[in-house]
Amino acid sequence: MPENLLDVRDLTITPAGADAPVLHDVSLSLAPGERVGLIGESGSGKSLTAQSVMGLLPEELHARGQVHLQGHSGNLLDATEKTLAGLRSDIVSMVFQEPMSALNPLMRIGDQIAEVLRIHGKVPRGQIPTRVRELLHDVHLPDPDSARFAYPHQMSGGQRQRVMLAIALANSPRLLICDEPTTALDVTVQKHMLDLIAERVAAVEAGLLFITHDLAVVAGVCDRVIVMYRGRIVETGSVDEIFTAPRHDYTRGLLASSDLEATDDRGRLFTLKTALAYSGPQVQGAEPGSATGEWENSGGEEDAPAPTRGGSISTSVEQSTADDVSAASARESTPLIEASDVTRVFRGRGLFGRRRSDVTALGGIDFTVAAGARLGIVGESGSGKSTLLGILSGLDRPTSGHVRVGDIRVEAASSQALRRLRENLQIVFQDPFASLDPRMRIADIVAEPLIAAGVDGDERTTRVEEMIEAVDLDSDSLRRYPHQFSGGQRQRISIARALVTRPQILVADEPVSALDVSVRAQVLNLLTDLVDEYALTLLFVSHDLGVVKHLCSDVIVMRDGQIVESGATEDIYANPQEEYTRRLIAATPSLAEALAAG
Amino acid sequence: MLTYAISRAIQFALSLLVASVAVFALMSLLPGNAAQVALGTNATPEAVAALEAQYGLDRPPLIRYFDWMGGMLTGDFGTSYVTGADITPVIVGSVQVTAILVIAAIALSILIAVPLGTFAALEQRNWIGVTISAISQVGIAIPNFLAAIILVIIFSLTLGWFPSQGWMAPIEGFGGFLLRLVLPVVSLALVQAAILTRYVRSAVLDVMREDFIRTARAKGLTRSKALFVHGLRNAAIPVITVAGVQLATLLVGAVIIEQIFVLPGIGSELVRAVANRDLVAVQGIVMVLVLLVLIINLIVDILVPIVDPRIRNAA
Repeated sequence: MPENLLDVRDLTITPAGADAPVLHDVSLSLAPGERVGLIGESGSGKSLTAQSVMGLLPEELHARGQVHLQGHSGNLLDATEKTLAGLRSDIVSMVFQEPMSALNPLMRIGDQIAEVLRIHGKVPRGQIPTRVRELLHDVHLPDPDSARFAYPHQMSGGQRQRVMLAIALANSPRLLICDEPTTALDVTVQKHMLDLIAERVAAVEAGLLFITHDLAVVAGVCDRVIVMYRGRIVETGSVDEIFTAPRHDYTRGLLASSDLEATDDRGRLFTLKTALAYSGPQVQGAEPGSATGEWENSGGEEDAPAPTRGGSISTSVEQSTADDVSAASARESTPLIEASDVTRVFRGRGLFGRRRSDVTALGGIDFTVAAGARLGIVGESGSGKSTLLGILSGLDRPTSGHVRVGDIRVEAASSQALRRLRENLQIVFQDPFASLDPRMRIADIVAEPLIAAGVDGDERTTRVEEMIEAVDLDSDSLRRYPHQFSGGQRQRISIARALVTRPQILVADEPVSALDVSVRAQVLNLLTDLVDEYALTLLFVSHDLGVVKHLCSDVIVMRDGQIVESGATEDIYANPQEEYTRRLIAATPSLAEALAAG
Repeated sequence: MLTYAISRAIQFALSLLVASVAVFALMSLLPGNAAQVALGTNATPEAVAALEAQYGLDRPPLIRYFDWMGGMLTGDFGTSYVTGADITPVIVGSVQVTAILVIAAIALSILIAVPLGTFAALEQRNWIGVTISAISQVGIAIPNFLAAIILVIIFSLTLGWFPSQGWMAPIEGFGGFLLRLVLPVVSLALVQAAILTRYVRSAVLDVMREDFIRTARAKGLTRSKALFVHGLRNAAIPVITVAGVQLATLLVGAVIIEQIFVLPGIGSELVRAVANRDLVAVQGIVMVLVLLVLIINLIVDILVPIVDPRIRNAA
């Protein structure tokens, strides 16, 4: 047997002062040049495993076990910081999740790449500038010559991640660890980044340990998959084995909930709880939800309908078709939201009013939304999605054009009218960690829109309790603070806060893009349930086309402040007219495609 | 960057203009007649009127403001109504004393605080880090006049190493100048160093948690090397801002230390002018203090974008 590139034996990690380990007896190995995916949800221990290999474990965590790396004799867990520093970037390198903060903001890109060459001294000093240019060229950065002199803030997230990759591979390490390297990127950028990682790893003949919570991403990059759950390895196998015949319940659940094409017989996404009914990714686009009869067994848990919804499964299916009919008829009458020729220009302000370059965030947008419609707004970062939402919700005003929401003309609304608008239109934001005040109790957070609306104390309490129940949290939650909840739970709280004023319109701004796949399915199902139950008009902003396809009846595709394409979701997906839309759809990773390609 | 510097300079000039109007208005609107004050309560109305005419106090306020302002722009702070002497040399002389004192004090406190705060952050879990934190906390609680008295008792009265008071200009004797500077500077610097240490420590701790420090370690730097190469410059940004505020506080805070050590600084002059009801001197000194504080802010405003390219580009 050839010597393994990486050998981890019985790795156990315990936080200082705690009895229970957060990582239990993890053993894994990588052959030289092998590409292995490490999969699991946040908190499953995949990043801790990687940090142990890098010797970057936070001080307050104690690791036991064995970590052996080809090119270093002895257990890495016993090595000194100095020894480890010598191995990092030389034998083992890492690309991190957050490209926006991973580079030193005060140092030029070229200097940051040159530094890693200087530290390990493999390249003669005189050749360093040439080598830096080569490395920037290798990661396909446009104009590597001037990129050297740029500061990180002058680059986009995708470009910064390319720089990180250039740094990581500068000394041709034997192992590259990527920790969710594309999670923070747009889909189209993600696709390029994944291709690039695969290309560069092959070029320097390194092994790859690829950490992610997104199965679709792993399928395209790795040969073998290790699945972690709650600090343990629960399953390992080839990509095909794991995706077609998962043995562990968690793996099956993860697979089921990441498949946005498949739904159960209520038209809802599969979750960890309902995964038994899932029949695997449909490569040929076969009938979804073919397995039946399992829902009754597993129902009544995470995704049980709230008591007020009552009705059996069959009626809710009928109801959704009835909704489609009423939505279609509503389209004939006056739309609920109407925007015509909306522009928003951010003026650059210079000295003495001298104009800097203006930024046109929206360049003449027209669209209407019928009451009860579910409109998806998709586009890459910078396409103007958020600016549009800001205007629709009265947080910002258009530079020109007309926007009507209900009976309110947003561009000319008084502050009183804006208040009415906000009661009627509520927003769920992207980041569940930053959008809740950490010093407020949940009860107060959810009640806040009601206070603004002037609802009196007793009714407030009743409505808050109702809402918390409707988002499947128990009433104990009301007394607690945001930090005591997980990301998915916080997003439920945000949804409760948004719906407590009983708005007609719910605006969701990337509400699931910060969530794990398994939690994503739960939150999307909850949204679908609530939109049905309260007959909401939904505006759903996302860069993830899979999510929009599942959730929305209509879709607007935005680019550079313009609508490039709009129409019924199915039509757009089946027959995109614009090159840009085609690119977005092609870039969205899907299990079925990844498997078919692999 | 150049437009930024120019806009800051204009802002500086405007602030100075507004401050001068405010200072002048306050002094002019205060009850009490300067001529009356100068001549005492027994003076006849004719004598008061004559003095008012002599000093030009009977002219309209706007004229007097421009007169005063114009004088200051040409380096003339006017003549005291009380003593009849030109106050410009007094202000110029005392500003030099205070400037030496304050700049030496802030330099010393930075020299103490940066290594100490960095060390405390790196060793935050060990006894040494905790000790530094505790001592700096105590240091903040000590008012600088107390520190001054303690220092005088130990190093002057008991050990006799330094004189307990007085001033000597550098040209009169550089050794004597330094010797007399030590205790006042140290008593000012100790407290400021204690405050600054805490800021440095927390800035370094924040920086150590940053992702780019992790990146630096992943590149093959040890923890402490990553801090020195990548961390300190980033930590400097909040520290520069705080040090600027501290320097401004020191200018005014030096009043007490100047009194204790009998130094002819601007603080001492201010106290004397107020006690003598010397309105012209008070006006002039307050304007000089405002000017110095604004200059410090200007320097900080220009220093931060030099360190931080993000602000440079935004500006």
